Amino acid sequence: MYSKEVMEHFSNPRNIGVIEDADGIGKVGNFICGDIMWIYIKVGKNENREDIIEDIKFKTMGCAAAIATSSMATELAKGKTIVEALNMTKQDISDSLGGLPAVKLHCSLLATDALVEAIYDYLTKKGLPVPDDVSKKHERIKSELEKTEKICLNPKAQENSLKKD
Amino acid sequence: MKRIYLDHAATTPVDDRVLKAMQPYLCERFGNASSIHRIGQEAKEALEKSRQIIADKINAHPSEIVFTSGGTESNNFALKGVAFSNRDKGRHIITTRVEHDCVLNSCRWLETQGFKVTYLGVDENGMVRPDDIRQAITKDTLAVSVIHGNNEVGTIAPIREIGKICREKGVYFHTDACQSFTKVPIDVEKDYLDMLTINAHKIYGPKGVGALYIKKGTTIDAWQHGGGHERNLRSGTENIPGIVGFAKAVEIACKSDVVQMTEFRDILITRVLSEIADSSLRGHPAHRLCNNATFSFSGIEGESLLLRLDMHGIACSTGSACSSHTLEPSHVLMAMGLSHEDAHSSLRFSVGKENTAEDIEHTVDMLKKEVGLLRKMSPVGGMDVQ
Ligand SMILES: Cc1ncc(COP(=O)(O)O)c(C=O)c1O
Ligand code: FES
Repeated sequence: MYSKEVMEHFSNPRNIGVIEDADGIGKVGNFICGDIMWIYIKVGKNENREDIIEDIKFKTMGCAAAIATSSMATELAKGKTIVEALNMTKQDISDSLGGLPAVKLHCSLLATDALVEAIYDYLTKKGLPVPDDVSKKHERIKSELEKTEKICLNPKAQENSLKKD
Repeated sequence: MKRIYLDHAATTPVDDRVLKAMQPYLCERFGNASSIHRIGQEAKEALEKSRQIIADKINAHPSEIVFTSGGTESNNFALKGVAFSNRDKGRHIITTRVEHDCVLNSCRWLETQGFKVTYLGVDENGMVRPDDIRQAITKDTLAVSVIHGNNEVGTIAPIREIGKICREKGVYFHTDACQSFTKVPIDVEKDYLDMLTINAHKIYGPKGVGALYIKKGTTIDAWQHGGGHERNLRSGTENIPGIVGFAKAVEIACKSDVVQMTEFRDILITRVLSEIADSSLRGHPAHRLCNNATFSFSGIEGESLLLRLDMHGIACSTGSACSSHTLEPSHVLMAMGLSHEDAHSSLRFSVGKENTAEDIEHTVDMLKKEVGLLRKMSPVGGMDVQ
Protein backbone atom coordinates (compact mmCIF):
# COMPACT_ATOMS: atom_id res chain seq x y z
CA MET A 1 0.00 0.00 0.00
CA TYR A 2 3.00 2.36 0.42
CA SER A 3 5.42 3.62 -2.24
CA LYS A 4 9.06 2.55 -2.32
CA GLU A 5 10.10 5.98 -1.07
CA VAL A 6 7.74 5.84 1.92
CA MET A 7 9.02 2.42 2.86
CA GLU A 8 12.60 3.59 2.44
CA HIS A 9 12.14 6.58 4.77
CA PHE A 10 10.11 4.48 7.17
CA SER A 11 12.73 1.75 7.45
CA ASN A 12 15.58 4.20 7.62
CA PRO A 13 14.25 7.49 8.97
CA ARG A 14 16.52 10.55 8.90
CA ASN A 15 16.85 13.11 11.67
CA ILE A 16 15.35 11.15 14.55
CA GLY A 17 15.96 12.60 17.96
CA VAL A 18 15.81 15.78 20.01
CA ILE A 19 17.78 19.01 19.92
CA GLU A 20 18.52 19.80 23.56
CA ASP A 21 18.89 23.55 23.09
CA ALA A 22 16.32 23.86 20.34
CA ASP A 23 15.23 27.33 19.23
CA GLY A 24 11.75 26.06 18.49
CA ILE A 25 9.69 22.96 19.26
CA GLY A 26 6.53 22.03 17.37
CA LYS A 27 4.14 19.48 18.83
CA VAL A 28 1.17 18.20 16.90
CA GLY A 29 -1.35 15.40 17.10
CA ASN A 30 -4.26 13.91 15.21
CA PHE A 31 -7.03 12.81 17.51
CA ILE A 32 -8.60 10.37 15.05
CA CYS A 33 -5.59 8.17 14.46
CA GLY A 34 -3.90 9.18 17.72
CA ASP A 35 -0.58 9.95 16.08
CA ILE A 36 1.77 12.47 17.64
CA MET A 37 4.75 14.27 16.18
CA TRP A 38 7.32 16.62 17.66
CA ILE A 39 9.79 18.64 15.61
CA TYR A 40 12.81 20.49 17.04
CA ILE A 41 14.62 23.21 15.12
CA LYS A 42 17.88 25.06 15.51
CA VAL A 43 17.87 28.35 13.65
CA GLY A 44 20.96 29.91 12.06
CA LYS A 45 21.73 32.55 9.43
CA ASN A 46 22.61 32.22 5.77
CA GLU A 47 25.01 34.51 3.89
CA ASN A 48 22.12 36.97 3.35
CA ARG A 49 21.59 37.12 7.13
CA GLU A 50 18.23 35.41 6.75
CA ASP A 51 16.98 32.92 9.37
CA ILE A 52 17.46 29.38 8.17
CA ILE A 53 16.76 25.99 9.65
CA GLU A 54 20.22 24.90 10.53
CA ASP A 55 19.33 21.66 12.22
CA ILE A 56 16.09 19.76 12.63
CA LYS A 57 15.07 16.59 14.44
CA PHE A 58 11.84 14.76 15.09
CA LYS A 59 10.10 12.29 17.37
CA THR A 60 6.97 10.58 16.14
CA MET A 61 4.55 8.06 17.50
CA GLY A 62 2.58 7.06 14.46
CA CYS A 63 1.98 4.96 11.43
CA ALA A 64 4.57 4.26 8.76
CA ALA A 65 3.37 7.29 6.77
CA ALA A 66 3.71 9.54 9.79
CA ILE A 67 7.29 8.39 10.33
CA ALA A 68 8.17 8.65 6.65
CA THR A 69 6.65 12.12 6.32
CA SER A 70 8.48 13.28 9.47
CA SER A 71 11.69 12.04 7.96
CA MET A 72 11.03 13.62 4.56
CA ALA A 73 9.76 16.91 6.00
CA THR A 74 12.87 17.30 8.13
CA GLU A 75 15.07 16.48 5.14
CA LEU A 76 13.28 19.02 2.96
CA ALA A 77 13.29 21.74 5.61
CA LYS A 78 16.96 21.47 6.51
CA GLY A 79 18.86 24.49 5.18
CA LYS A 80 15.69 26.28 4.04
CA THR A 81 14.91 29.81 5.16
CA ILE A 82 12.06 30.18 7.61
CA VAL A 83 9.94 31.71 4.86
CA GLU A 84 10.64 28.81 2.51
CA ALA A 85 9.95 26.30 5.23
CA LEU A 86 6.62 27.95 6.02
CA ASN A 87 5.68 27.64 2.37
CA MET A 88 6.23 23.89 2.27
CA THR A 89 2.96 22.07 1.69
CA LYS A 90 1.78 18.59 2.52
CA GLN A 91 1.65 18.06 -1.23
CA ASP A 92 5.40 18.77 -1.46
CA ILE A 93 6.07 16.11 1.12
CA SER A 94 3.71 13.59 -0.32
CA ASP A 95 5.13 14.18 -3.84
CA SER A 96 8.68 13.73 -2.60
CA LEU A 97 7.58 10.41 -1.15
CA GLY A 98 6.08 9.20 -4.40
CA GLY A 99 2.54 9.80 -3.12
CA LEU A 100 0.57 8.59 -0.11
CA PRO A 101 -2.59 6.48 0.13
CA ALA A 102 -5.68 8.67 0.44
CA VAL A 103 -6.33 7.76 4.08
CA LYS A 104 -2.75 8.72 4.87
CA LEU A 105 -2.69 12.21 3.37
CA HIS A 106 -3.32 13.72 6.79
CA CYS A 107 -0.02 12.26 7.99
CA SER A 108 1.83 14.68 5.70
CA LEU A 109 -0.29 17.53 7.04
CA LEU A 110 0.86 16.54 10.50
CA ALA A 111 4.47 17.01 9.37
CA THR A 112 3.93 20.49 7.86
CA ASP A 113 1.92 21.44 10.94
CA ALA A 114 4.76 20.36 13.22
CA LEU A 115 7.16 22.50 11.23
CA VAL A 116 4.84 25.50 11.37
CA GLU A 117 4.50 25.03 15.11
CA ALA A 118 8.25 24.83 15.63
CA ILE A 119 8.69 28.05 13.65
CA TYR A 120 5.84 29.72 15.55
CA ASP A 121 7.54 28.72 18.79
CA TYR A 122 10.84 30.18 17.56
CA LEU A 123 9.28 33.45 16.41
CA THR A 124 7.32 34.04 19.60
CA LYS A 125 10.26 33.11 21.85
CA LYS A 126 12.41 35.61 19.97
CA GLY A 127 9.70 38.27 20.02
CA LEU A 128 9.73 38.33 16.22
CA PRO A 129 6.58 39.21 14.24
CA VAL A 130 4.35 36.21 13.55
CA PRO A 131 2.56 36.23 10.18
CA ASP A 132 -1.24 36.16 10.49
CA ASP A 133 -1.72 32.85 8.75
CA VAL A 134 0.88 31.26 11.03
CA SER A 135 -0.94 32.50 14.12
CA LYS A 136 -4.18 31.15 12.75
CA LYS A 137 -2.65 27.76 12.00
CA HIS A 138 -1.12 27.74 15.47
CA GLU A 139 -4.55 28.13 17.09
CA ARG A 140 -5.94 25.20 15.13
CA ILE A 141 -2.90 22.98 15.69
CA LYS A 142 -2.80 23.72 19.41
CA SER A 143 -6.43 22.79 19.94
CA GLU A 144 -5.98 19.61 17.89
CA LEU A 145 -2.99 18.59 19.99
CA GLU A 146 -4.87 19.23 23.21
CA LYS A 147 -7.73 17.14 21.95
CA THR A 148 -5.36 14.34 20.91
CA GLU A 149 -3.63 14.28 24.27
CA LYS A 150 -6.92 14.25 26.07
CA ILE A 151 -8.68 11.64 23.96
CA CYS A 152 -5.82 9.42 22.95
CA LEU A 153 -3.04 9.35 25.49
CA ASN A 154 -2.82 7.29 28.65
CA PRO A 155 -2.24 9.29 31.83
CA LYS A 156 1.33 8.05 31.94
CA ALA A 157 2.04 9.10 28.37
CA GLN A 158 0.49 12.49 29.09
CA GLU A 159 2.85 12.78 32.02
CA ASN A 160 5.84 11.84 29.87
CA SER A 161 4.65 14.33 27.35
CA LEU A 162 4.70 17.14 29.90
CA LYS A 163 7.87 16.05 31.64
CA LYS A 164 9.91 16.14 28.47
CA ASP A 165 8.82 19.63 27.62
CA MET B 1 14.84 -14.66 4.59
CA LYS B 2 12.48 -17.13 6.17
CA ARG B 3 8.90 -15.97 6.18
CA ILE B 4 7.14 -16.43 9.49
CA TYR B 5 3.40 -16.31 9.22
CA LEU B 6 1.64 -15.37 12.45
CA ASP B 7 -1.66 -14.18 11.07
CA HIS B 8 -3.67 -17.39 11.09
CA ALA B 9 -6.70 -15.58 12.45
CA ALA B 10 -6.86 -13.76 9.11
CA THR B 11 -6.49 -16.92 7.10
CA THR B 12 -4.46 -20.12 6.94
CA PRO B 13 -2.63 -21.86 4.14
CA VAL B 14 -4.42 -24.85 2.63
CA ASP B 15 -3.12 -28.10 4.11
CA ASP B 16 -1.56 -30.49 1.54
CA ARG B 17 -4.06 -33.19 2.45
CA VAL B 18 -6.90 -30.75 1.87
CA LEU B 19 -5.50 -29.77 -1.50
CA LYS B 20 -5.16 -33.43 -2.47
CA ALA B 21 -8.73 -34.13 -1.49
CA MET B 22 -10.00 -31.16 -3.50
CA GLN B 23 -8.02 -31.67 -6.69
CA PRO B 24 -10.06 -34.47 -8.25
CA TYR B 25 -13.21 -32.36 -7.88
CA LEU B 26 -11.83 -29.56 -10.00
CA CYS B 27 -11.14 -31.55 -13.16
CA GLU B 28 -12.12 -35.24 -13.28
CA ARG B 29 -15.08 -35.15 -10.91
CA PHE B 30 -16.30 -31.72 -11.88
CA GLY B 31 -19.97 -32.60 -11.88
CA ASN B 32 -22.94 -30.54 -10.78
CA ALA B 33 -24.49 -32.20 -7.75
CA SER B 34 -27.97 -31.52 -9.14
CA SER B 35 -27.37 -33.54 -12.31
CA ILE B 36 -28.91 -36.96 -12.55
CA HIS B 37 -26.11 -38.61 -14.52
CA ARG B 38 -23.28 -40.44 -12.88
CA ILE B 39 -20.85 -37.52 -13.06
CA GLY B 40 -23.38 -35.41 -11.21
CA GLN B 41 -24.13 -38.13 -8.70
CA GLU B 42 -20.46 -38.49 -7.93
CA ALA B 43 -20.42 -34.85 -6.93
CA LYS B 44 -23.60 -35.32 -4.93
CA GLU B 45 -22.03 -38.18 -3.05
CA ALA B 46 -18.99 -36.09 -2.19
CA LEU B 47 -21.27 -33.28 -1.07
CA GLU B 48 -23.28 -35.49 1.28
CA LYS B 49 -20.21 -37.22 2.66
CA SER B 50 -18.73 -33.81 3.46
CA ARG B 51 -21.94 -32.73 5.09
CA GLN B 52 -21.86 -35.81 7.29
CA ILE B 53 -18.28 -35.14 8.39
CA ILE B 54 -19.08 -31.58 9.36
CA ALA B 55 -22.33 -32.52 11.09
CA ASP B 56 -20.52 -35.18 13.11
CA LYS B 57 -17.93 -32.68 14.26
CA ILE B 58 -20.55 -30.54 15.99
CA ASN B 59 -22.99 -33.31 16.91
CA ALA B 60 -25.60 -32.18 14.39
CA HIS B 61 -27.69 -34.04 11.84
CA PRO B 62 -26.46 -33.64 8.24
CA SER B 63 -29.80 -32.12 7.24
CA GLU B 64 -29.04 -29.26 9.61
CA ILE B 65 -25.94 -28.17 7.68
CA VAL B 66 -26.27 -25.58 4.91
CA PHE B 67 -23.16 -24.85 2.88
CA THR B 68 -22.41 -21.23 2.09
CA SER B 69 -19.66 -19.10 0.63
CA GLY B 70 -18.09 -18.49 4.04
CA GLY B 71 -18.44 -16.89 7.42
CA THR B 72 -19.74 -13.60 6.12
CA GLU B 73 -22.58 -15.20 4.22
CA SER B 74 -23.47 -17.57 7.07
CA ASN B 75 -23.71 -14.69 9.53
CA ASN B 76 -25.77 -12.57 7.14
CA PHE B 77 -28.03 -15.51 6.45
CA ALA B 78 -28.52 -16.39 10.12
CA LEU B 79 -29.37 -12.89 11.26
CA LYS B 80 -31.38 -11.62 8.33
CA GLY B 81 -33.01 -14.98 7.70
CA VAL B 82 -34.28 -15.36 11.25
CA ALA B 83 -35.21 -11.71 11.62
CA PHE B 84 -37.37 -11.58 8.50
CA SER B 85 -38.91 -14.96 8.98
CA ASN B 86 -40.02 -14.12 12.52
CA ARG B 87 -40.80 -10.43 12.20
CA ASP B 88 -44.42 -10.98 13.17
CA LYS B 89 -43.31 -12.41 16.50
CA GLY B 90 -40.86 -9.70 17.43
CA ARG B 91 -38.40 -7.14 16.22
CA HIS B 92 -35.59 -7.27 18.70
CA ILE B 93 -32.12 -8.78 18.30
CA ILE B 94 -29.34 -8.90 20.86
CA THR B 95 -25.67 -9.00 19.99
CA THR B 96 -22.41 -7.62 21.38
CA ARG B 97 -20.07 -4.78 20.58
CA VAL B 98 -17.21 -7.18 19.86
CA GLU B 99 -18.66 -9.06 16.90
CA HIS B 100 -17.06 -9.41 13.51
CA ASP B 101 -18.05 -6.64 11.11
CA CYS B 102 -20.27 -8.99 9.11
CA VAL B 103 -22.50 -9.48 12.17
CA LEU B 104 -22.40 -5.83 13.20
CA ASN B 105 -23.16 -4.55 9.73
CA SER B 106 -25.94 -7.08 9.21
CA CYS B 107 -27.45 -5.82 12.47
CA ARG B 108 -27.05 -2.20 11.46
CA TRP B 109 -28.78 -2.95 8.21
CA LEU B 110 -31.59 -4.75 10.06
CA GLU B 111 -32.04 -1.56 12.09
CA THR B 112 -32.82 0.26 8.85
CA GLN B 113 -35.48 -2.39 8.17
CA GLY B 114 -37.45 -1.77 11.33
CA PHE B 115 -35.62 -4.10 13.70
CA LYS B 116 -34.19 -3.06 17.05
CA VAL B 117 -30.75 -4.20 18.03
CA THR B 118 -29.10 -4.17 21.44
CA TYR B 119 -25.30 -4.13 21.30
CA LEU B 120 -24.10 -5.40 24.66
CA GLY B 121 -20.85 -4.27 26.17
CA VAL B 122 -18.11 -6.55 27.44
CA ASP B 123 -15.71 -6.46 30.36
CA GLU B 124 -12.06 -5.42 30.12
CA ASN B 125 -11.15 -8.92 28.93
CA GLY B 126 -13.65 -8.79 26.10
CA MET B 127 -15.99 -11.18 27.91
CA VAL B 128 -19.73 -10.78 27.56
CA ARG B 129 -21.70 -11.28 30.77
CA PRO B 130 -24.45 -13.89 30.45
CA ASP B 131 -26.49 -11.95 32.98
CA ASP B 132 -26.52 -8.95 30.68
CA ILE B 133 -28.02 -11.14 28.02
CA ARG B 134 -30.65 -12.47 30.39
CA GLN B 135 -31.60 -8.94 31.30
CA ALA B 136 -31.64 -7.67 27.73
CA ILE B 137 -34.12 -10.31 26.55
CA THR B 138 -37.64 -8.92 26.24
CA LYS B 139 -40.94 -10.27 24.90
CA ASP B 140 -39.96 -8.73 21.58
CA THR B 141 -36.58 -10.52 21.33
CA LEU B 142 -36.16 -12.93 18.43
CA ALA B 143 -32.53 -13.91 18.57
CA VAL B 144 -29.24 -13.53 20.36
CA SER B 145 -25.96 -13.64 18.44
CA VAL B 146 -22.65 -13.80 20.27
CA ILE B 147 -19.23 -14.44 18.76
CA HIS B 148 -17.63 -17.60 20.17
CA GLY B 149 -13.90 -17.01 19.80
CA ASN B 150 -13.15 -13.36 19.28
CA ASN B 151 -11.18 -12.77 16.10
CA GLU B 152 -9.24 -9.81 17.46
CA VAL B 153 -8.42 -10.64 21.06
CA GLY B 154 -9.18 -14.35 21.23
CA THR B 155 -11.57 -14.27 24.17
CA ILE B 156 -13.88 -17.28 24.26
CA ALA B 157 -17.47 -16.52 25.19
CA PRO B 158 -19.40 -18.83 27.54
CA ILE B 159 -21.78 -20.01 24.83
CA ARG B 160 -23.20 -22.89 26.79
CA GLU B 161 -24.33 -20.60 29.57
CA ILE B 162 -25.73 -18.08 27.09
CA GLY B 163 -27.38 -20.82 25.07
CA LYS B 164 -29.11 -22.14 28.15
CA ILE B 165 -30.53 -18.72 28.95
CA CYS B 166 -31.77 -18.30 25.39
CA ARG B 167 -33.38 -21.73 25.35
CA GLU B 168 -35.16 -21.02 28.65
CA LYS B 169 -36.42 -17.71 27.35
CA GLY B 170 -37.43 -19.17 24.00
CA VAL B 171 -35.24 -17.03 21.77
CA TYR B 172 -32.93 -18.26 19.05
CA PHE B 173 -29.23 -18.42 19.80
CA HIS B 174 -26.61 -18.01 17.10
CA THR B 175 -22.85 -18.02 17.48
CA ASP B 176 -20.13 -17.08 15.03
CA ALA B 177 -17.53 -19.77 15.55
CA CYS B 178 -15.24 -19.02 12.60
CA GLN B 179 -12.26 -18.59 14.88
CA SER B 180 -13.02 -21.29 17.42
CA PHE B 181 -14.20 -24.11 15.17
CA THR B 182 -12.00 -27.23 15.65
CA LYS B 183 -10.06 -25.38 18.34
CA VAL B 184 -12.73 -25.35 21.02
CA PRO B 185 -15.14 -28.31 21.20
CA ILE B 186 -18.64 -27.39 20.04
CA ASP B 187 -21.67 -29.57 20.57
CA VAL B 188 -24.80 -27.98 19.19
CA GLU B 189 -26.98 -29.96 21.58
CA LYS B 190 -25.08 -29.36 24.76
CA ASP B 191 -24.37 -25.73 23.83
CA TYR B 192 -28.07 -25.07 23.13
CA LEU B 193 -27.28 -23.72 19.67
CA ASP B 194 -29.93 -22.91 17.11
CA MET B 195 -27.48 -21.59 14.56
CA LEU B 196 -23.74 -21.82 14.19
CA THR B 197 -21.46 -20.13 11.68
CA ILE B 198 -18.26 -21.89 10.59
CA ASN B 199 -15.88 -21.53 7.67
CA ALA B 200 -12.95 -23.34 6.08
CA HIS B 201 -10.16 -20.84 5.53
CA LYS B 202 -9.34 -20.46 9.21
CA ILE B 203 -8.71 -24.18 9.58
CA TYR B 204 -6.37 -24.92 6.68
CA GLY B 205 -9.22 -25.25 4.22
CA PRO B 206 -9.97 -23.16 1.14
CA LYS B 207 -11.37 -19.63 1.12
CA GLY B 208 -14.92 -18.98 -0.03
CA VAL B 209 -16.63 -21.87 1.71
CA GLY B 210 -18.41 -22.15 5.01
CA ALA B 211 -21.58 -23.46 6.56
CA LEU B 212 -24.47 -22.50 8.73
CA TYR B 213 -25.80 -25.08 11.12
CA ILE B 214 -29.53 -24.54 11.50
CA LYS B 215 -31.25 -26.57 14.19
CA LYS B 216 -34.18 -28.57 12.89
CA GLY B 217 -37.40 -26.64 13.41
CA THR B 218 -35.82 -23.19 13.26
CA THR B 219 -37.96 -20.69 11.39
CA ILE B 220 -35.64 -19.03 8.89
CA ASP B 221 -36.03 -17.50 5.44
CA ALA B 222 -33.67 -18.24 2.61
CA TRP B 223 -31.50 -15.29 1.79
CA GLN B 224 -30.30 -16.39 -1.60
CA HIS B 225 -33.03 -17.52 -3.95
CA GLY B 226 -32.69 -19.64 -7.04
CA GLY B 227 -32.76 -23.29 -7.99
CA GLY B 228 -33.62 -24.60 -4.54
CA HIS B 229 -30.28 -26.04 -3.55
CA GLU B 230 -29.48 -26.87 0.07
CA ARG B 231 -33.07 -27.77 0.90
CA ASN B 232 -34.23 -24.52 -0.59
CA LEU B 233 -32.29 -22.55 1.99
CA ARG B 234 -29.34 -21.50 -0.12
CA SER B 235 -29.56 -21.68 -3.86
CA GLY B 236 -26.59 -21.87 -6.17
CA THR B 237 -24.56 -24.74 -7.59
CA GLU B 238 -22.61 -26.19 -4.71
CA ASN B 239 -18.90 -25.45 -4.50
CA ILE B 240 -17.95 -29.12 -4.43
CA PRO B 241 -14.15 -28.78 -4.42
CA GLY B 242 -14.42 -26.19 -1.66
CA ILE B 243 -16.86 -28.24 0.37
CA VAL B 244 -14.74 -31.38 0.02
CA GLY B 245 -11.75 -29.35 1.13
CA PHE B 246 -13.70 -27.96 4.06
CA ALA B 247 -14.66 -31.46 5.21
CA LYS B 248 -11.08 -32.67 4.83
CA ALA B 249 -9.85 -29.74 6.90
CA VAL B 250 -12.32 -30.69 9.62
CA GLU B 251 -11.29 -34.32 9.44
CA ILE B 252 -7.58 -33.63 9.88
CA ALA B 253 -7.97 -31.05 12.64
CA CYS B 254 -6.70 -32.73 15.77
CA LYS B 255 -6.11 -32.26 19.44
CA SER B 256 -2.33 -32.37 19.03
CA ASP B 257 -2.46 -29.30 16.78
CA VAL B 258 -4.37 -27.44 19.47
CA VAL B 259 -1.82 -28.51 22.07
CA GLN B 260 0.99 -27.36 19.79
CA MET B 261 -0.60 -23.98 19.11
CA THR B 262 -1.31 -23.45 22.79
CA GLU B 263 2.33 -24.09 23.56
CA PHE B 264 3.53 -21.57 20.96
CA ARG B 265 0.99 -19.03 22.10
CA ASP B 266 2.11 -19.39 25.70
CA ILE B 267 5.81 -19.02 24.87
CA LEU B 268 4.96 -15.88 22.95
CA ILE B 269 2.89 -14.43 25.77
CA THR B 270 5.32 -15.32 28.54
CA ARG B 271 8.37 -13.98 26.74
CA VAL B 272 6.74 -10.77 25.54
CA LEU B 273 5.27 -9.87 28.89
CA SER B 274 8.47 -10.61 30.77
CA GLU B 275 10.97 -9.18 28.30
CA ILE B 276 9.24 -6.13 26.86
CA ALA B 277 8.45 -3.39 29.36
CA ASP B 278 5.06 -1.67 29.14
CA SER B 279 3.52 -4.48 27.15
CA SER B 280 0.15 -5.93 28.05
CA LEU B 281 -1.87 -8.90 26.94
CA ARG B 282 -5.30 -8.09 25.52
CA GLY B 283 -8.23 -10.45 25.83
CA HIS B 284 -8.96 -12.96 28.54
CA PRO B 285 -5.85 -14.45 30.17
CA ALA B 286 -7.34 -17.93 30.47
CA HIS B 287 -10.43 -18.22 28.31
CA ARG B 288 -8.70 -17.53 25.05
CA LEU B 289 -8.21 -19.17 21.67
CA CYS B 290 -5.23 -21.50 21.49
CA ASN B 291 -3.66 -19.48 18.71
CA ASN B 292 -4.22 -15.85 19.74
CA ALA B 293 -1.71 -13.58 21.45
CA THR B 294 -2.68 -9.92 21.24
CA PHE B 295 -0.59 -7.23 22.91
CA SER B 296 -0.40 -3.49 23.39
CA PHE B 297 3.04 -1.87 23.41
CA SER B 298 2.67 1.56 24.90
CA GLY B 299 4.16 4.54 23.12
CA ILE B 300 4.15 3.07 19.64
CA GLU B 301 1.68 2.61 16.85
CA GLY B 302 0.62 -0.86 15.73
CA GLU B 303 0.94 -0.34 12.01
CA SER B 304 4.55 0.81 12.29
CA LEU B 305 5.46 -2.19 14.36
CA LEU B 306 3.64 -4.51 11.98
CA LEU B 307 5.53 -3.13 8.97
CA ARG B 308 8.88 -3.26 10.72
CA LEU B 309 8.26 -6.91 11.60
CA ASP B 310 7.22 -7.50 8.02
CA MET B 311 10.68 -6.36 6.94
CA HIS B 312 12.00 -9.31 8.95
CA GLY B 313 9.56 -11.60 7.17
CA ILE B 314 7.19 -11.77 10.14
CA ALA B 315 3.50 -11.38 9.30
CA CYS B 316 1.04 -10.34 11.99
CA SER B 317 -1.90 -7.97 12.20
CA THR B 318 -3.31 -4.89 13.86
CA GLY B 319 -6.75 -5.90 15.04
CA SER B 320 -8.71 -7.64 12.33
CA ALA B 321 -7.44 -7.75 8.78
CA CYS B 322 -10.57 -6.00 7.53
CA SER B 323 -10.09 -2.90 9.64
CA SER B 324 -6.50 -2.23 8.69
CA HIS B 325 -7.52 0.48 6.25
CA THR B 326 -9.42 2.66 8.64
CA LEU B 327 -7.85 5.09 11.07
CA GLU B 328 -10.18 4.59 13.98
CA PRO B 329 -9.11 2.24 16.73
CA SER B 330 -10.60 -1.24 16.70
CA HIS B 331 -14.21 -1.41 17.90
CA VAL B 332 -13.38 -4.53 19.90
CA LEU B 333 -10.55 -2.90 21.85
CA MET B 334 -12.65 0.21 22.41
CA ALA B 335 -15.53 -1.91 23.69
CA MET B 336 -13.09 -3.43 26.17
CA GLY B 337 -12.51 0.05 27.52
CA LEU B 338 -8.98 0.54 26.20
CA SER B 339 -7.69 4.05 25.68
CA HIS B 340 -7.10 5.15 22.10
CA GLU B 341 -3.40 4.91 22.69
CA ASP B 342 -3.55 1.31 23.88
CA ALA B 343 -5.90 0.38 21.09
CA HIS B 344 -3.66 1.98 18.47
CA SER B 345 -0.62 0.27 19.90
CA SER B 346 -2.06 -3.23 19.67
CA LEU B 347 -0.79 -6.08 17.59
CA ARG B 348 -2.27 -9.52 17.07
CA PHE B 349 -0.17 -12.62 16.60
CA SER B 350 -2.05 -15.78 15.69
CA VAL B 351 0.02 -18.91 15.55
CA GLY B 352 -0.57 -21.95 13.39
CA LYS B 353 0.30 -25.59 13.37
CA GLU B 354 3.07 -25.15 10.78
CA ASN B 355 4.98 -22.66 12.95
CA THR B 356 8.09 -23.87 14.75
CA ALA B 357 9.48 -23.06 18.17
CA GLU B 358 12.31 -21.16 16.42
CA ASP B 359 9.72 -19.03 14.59
CA ILE B 360 8.30 -17.94 17.89
CA GLU B 361 11.66 -17.26 19.52
CA HIS B 362 12.85 -15.29 16.51
CA THR B 363 9.65 -13.28 16.48
CA VAL B 364 10.07 -12.25 20.11
CA ASP B 365 13.70 -11.28 19.44
CA MET B 366 12.71 -9.09 16.51
CA LEU B 367 9.78 -7.70 18.43
CA LYS B 368 12.05 -6.60 21.25
CA LYS B 369 14.40 -4.93 18.82
CA GLU B 370 11.69 -3.11 16.88
CA VAL B 371 9.68 -2.04 19.91
CA GLY B 372 12.88 -0.55 21.27
CA LEU B 373 13.60 1.29 18.03
CA LEU B 374 10.10 2.68 17.68
CA ARG B 375 10.04 3.79 21.27
CA LYS B 376 13.27 5.67 20.74
CA MET B 377 11.48 7.46 17.94
CA SER B 378 8.39 8.14 20.00
CA PRO B 379 7.81 11.35 21.91
CA VAL B 380 5.76 9.59 24.58
CA GLY B 381 7.41 6.18 24.74
CA GLY B 382 10.97 5.18 25.24
CA MET B 383 11.05 5.81 28.97
CA ASP B 384 11.08 2.23 30.05
CA VAL B 385 12.62 0.27 27.22
CA GLN B 386 14.88 -2.49 28.39
C1 LIG C 1 -15.17 -14.27 13.60
C2 LIG C 1 -15.28 -14.20 12.12
N1 LIG C 1 -16.49 -14.16 11.52
C3 LIG C 1 -16.62 -14.09 10.21
C4 LIG C 1 -15.53 -14.04 9.37
C5 LIG C 1 -15.77 -13.92 7.91
O1 LIG C 1 -15.59 -15.14 7.27
P1 LIG C 1 -15.33 -15.23 5.70
O2 LIG C 1 -14.00 -14.61 5.46
O3 LIG C 1 -15.33 -16.71 5.42
O4 LIG C 1 -16.42 -14.53 5.01
C6 LIG C 1 -14.25 -14.07 9.93
C7 LIG C 1 -13.01 -13.99 9.17
O5 LIG C 1 -12.83 -13.52 8.11
C8 LIG C 1 -14.13 -14.14 11.33
O6 LIG C 1 -12.94 -14.13 11.93
S1 FES D 1 -2.55 7.55 10.38
FE1 FES D 1 -2.62 9.46 11.30
S2 FES D 1 -0.65 10.26 11.12
FE2 FES D 1 -0.63 8.40 10.02
